[in-house]
Amino acid sequence: MKKSIKIVSALAIVLLISAFTLNKTNINPGYQIGDIATDFSLKNIDGNMVSLKDYKEAKGYIVIFTCNTCPYAVAYEDRVEALNKKYANQGYPVIAIMPNNPDVQPGDRLEAMQARAKAKGFTFPYLMDRGQKIYPQYGATKTPHVYILEKTKKGNEVKYIGAIDDNYQDEASVSKKYVENAVDALLQGKEIEEKETRAIGCSIKV
Amino acid sequence: MYTFMFMNLRVLFIVFILLVSCKQENKTKEVSSNLVKENVVVEKPDLEIYNFNEFEKFLHLQDDKTYVVNFWATWCAPCIKELPHFEEIKEAYKSENVEVLLVSLDFPKQYEKKLIPFIVKHKIQSKVVALDDPDSNAWIPKVSEAWSGALPATVIYNKDRRAFYERSFSYEELKTEVDKFL
Repeated sequence: MKKSIKIVSALAIVLLISAFTLNKTNINPGYQIGDIATDFSLKNIDGNMVSLKDYKEAKGYIVIFTCNTCPYAVAYEDRVEALNKKYANQGYPVIAIMPNNPDVQPGDRLEAMQARAKAKGFTFPYLMDRGQKIYPQYGATKTPHVYILEKTKKGNEVKYIGAIDDNYQDEASVSKKYVENAVDALLQGKEIEEKETRAIGCSIKV
Repeated sequence: MYTFMFMNLRVLFIVFILLVSCKQENKTKEVSSNLVKENVVVEKPDLEIYNFNEFEKFLHLQDDKTYVVNFWATWCAPCIKELPHFEEIKEAYKSENVEVLLVSLDFPKQYEKKLIPFIVKHKIQSKVVALDDPDSNAWIPKVSEAWSGALPATVIYNKDRRAFYERSFSYEELKTEVDKFL
């Protein structure tokens, strides 16, 4: 009896491990530069549903996966707001999406998002990726994680993936404003110099 | 009126006495808090702080040891959850030439407030260093081309082999990976 339990549990472990490895190889790596990004319909903190297609006048979007609870995301809050102030009326609004599972990270529940947005005076939509269906399609792995999209005939084309700038600690010491440079290039019809950058962030909580 | 003044004087006297005794108490308190401070200084681990160029050597040591280098921070919940497993590995593989290095990405202003108290409170036995280099786009690919930048992340290497993991570990999972290097 004991032996059979051992065999069964050994089998179960083997199955589990193989399931895990199989799953891993199937993980969608997400968007590359030039891919067409999916639209979505996600609930904003004001209760309304928001889609990219709602922005008829937009030339593109600064989609930022961010949250309340990650210190890196918090360090960038004011800079994200500044991006929206600077670029929304030039046709590139910020669309913030909170990708964490709020059951795992209670500080990212809708009420907490509402409170944070109110306290900081966010003027951009702050959407909840309820069910966590959108961030995996983009391939976001962390907060903050930026995708700049350009509205084209083919759809919303991914033009930039990565960090906001090159210094999370101190805005005054920033030497490369990756997102601003990318949007400026798009607005001027120029090639974006740095299309992909990387920054430390908090893993998305599932 | 007279009684009032008399009372006032008495109150003043009491207040005076209180003040004097308070002052003395304060003095002794100061001394003892100094002592406490000194004790803490003695117990407090020295925190080595590096920029990436200074730190990079820890990713390329060419001796007979296997190194388990974990990138973490005190504010990173999944990092804190898996940290005991790295401590267990350090203990269990002492005789196998395995060394664990915990690389904190806490913000510099949190070193004194959060990081050092965390190391003391949890009696962390593995070596902890702080990596303070805000230009992460420049150095993340030097840790691994595969790293998107999410924490936690781990590098396991020795002079023959190297692997990178952008994920969390259970003890069994970590042990399985470390065993591949032995």
